[in-house]
Amino acid sequence: MPDLGAYAVEVLSAYAVSLSLIVGIVLLTALRGRRVKRQLEEMERRRG
Amino acid sequence: MSLWTYANPAKFMAFTRPVLPVLWGLAAAALGVGLIWGFFFTPDDFRQGSTVKIFYIHVPSAMMAINAWAMMLVASLIWLIRRHHVSALAARAAAPVGVTFTLIALFTGAIWGQPMWGTWWEWDPRLTSFLILFLFYLGYIALWQAVDDPDTAADLTSVLCLVGSVFAILSRYAVNFWNQGLHQGASLSLDAEENVADVFWYPTLVTIAGFVLLFVALVIARTRTEIRARRIHALRLRERLA
Amino acid sequence: MIRVVARDLRLAFRAGGGFGLSLAFFLIVVTLVPFGIGPESGRLSAVAPGILWVGALLACLLSLDRVFALDWEDGSLDLLATAPIPLEGVAAAKAAAHWLTTGLPLTLAAAPLGVLLNLPAPGYGWLVLSLAVGTPALSFIGTFGAALTVGVRRGGLLLSLLVLPLYIPTLIFGAEIARRGAEGMEIGPSLPLLAGITLGCVALLPFAAAAALRVTLR
Repeated sequence: MPDLGAYAVEVLSAYAVSLSLIVGIVLLTALRGRRVKRQLEEMERRRG
Repeated sequence: MSLWTYANPAKFMAFTRPVLPVLWGLAAAALGVGLIWGFFFTPDDFRQGSTVKIFYIHVPSAMMAINAWAMMLVASLIWLIRRHHVSALAARAAAPVGVTFTLIALFTGAIWGQPMWGTWWEWDPRLTSFLILFLFYLGYIALWQAVDDPDTAADLTSVLCLVGSVFAILSRYAVNFWNQGLHQGASLSLDAEENVADVFWYPTLVTIAGFVLLFVALVIARTRTEIRARRIHALRLRERLA
Repeated sequence: MIRVVARDLRLAFRAGGGFGLSLAFFLIVVTLVPFGIGPESGRLSAVAPGILWVGALLACLLSLDRVFALDWEDGSLDLLATAPIPLEGVAAAKAAAHWLTTGLPLTLAAAPLGVLLNLPAPGYGWLVLSLAVGTPALSFIGTFGAALTVGVRRGGLLLSLLVLPLYIPTLIFGAEIARRGAEGMEIGPSLPLLAGITLGCVALLPFAAAAALRVTLR
């Protein structure tokens, strides 16, 4: 862990906010992608 | 073979299926390396202390927030001119990603502004422009969600994107005129005399590459989802008619 | 085109046409401001130009969803689309009618409302001038927004979300003129810039609005 000096809170919170936003959008993308894919596969199967 | 081959949804799906995991991997690697390098192995700035580490996130996300809109503009133009569905769906897919990057730039900027300028928010031209950009993204996404028919929605949002781009640039200059700010000038211009030192610059290059790769991976993944969603929509319509 | 304008004007002035609503809204906004920020005349006169501009802008926004909605509901928009004048002309005429029924009255009403907010004496002329130059841009931008959302159910809120960011440049330059005028400073380049925005909107946005209308009418 590097010494962040007086601004540790700021730096860490900036990283935390950014990383959680990135993880958030990746998760949303992945989850919706999987849901839609499953839905489509089911429909295709039903149509035979 | 030309680029337009991939405007065919089936071709696009087939081509991106093997490419996408590679992109995810590269994006994760570049972001990981860049951020770890920047966070653990760079010195503090003599004036800004350790807050300079925010730079490695703030600059790439701000860059990509603007580039995402530019990409949407190009995709909208392609849709309006050549009517390729993939293009319209890619524009739709990019908007939430652009919003995320805009938010990251705004948040990191606010957190950085607090110790450096003594305020979270300042009606500085750059900050204000980003807020305006955020509003444009919200309007664009809201219009996509409000219109049911996918082709109508694609047309309307494309027109909005064109007009919005003109007004976004106009706002940028209007805001500049309205208030001279605290924010430093462009960090990355090549001709600037006082530019960023190399120690900070190299990790930034890596994180920029990471953000670009992340953006491309996210947009492709989301476009694939949109293509599937559109197919579901079409199948449902057909079922209802049958 | 002139007939379309005349028809819209008649419809607006008829009972229930909504003319006057935006004026009343403007009056109410201006009345509410002192309750919000306190009655000291110094503070009021400092914010008066900005409040008057923002109030006029919001009042203008309020009547936008009427630009196409009624014609869309009763089908006359389809008739207008097949009429011998181009759809761009229809959009321009609609925007002009909107300006005549809201922008112009708001401009004229701004001066008496300035008295309520203790606007400094040199500001009146510049305020009215800036509104006269700027409100056509608001009407044309708004018509574009209305054309985008005409087919959307409950499009009113969406319309505001789309149109308000587009209003920013106009507001910046317009309010700048009014503020500098009120403080007795030199006006600077804001006035030609505002006029440029208005002329650009008048010239180009009817095309965008017509494109959006064609999509919806398809």
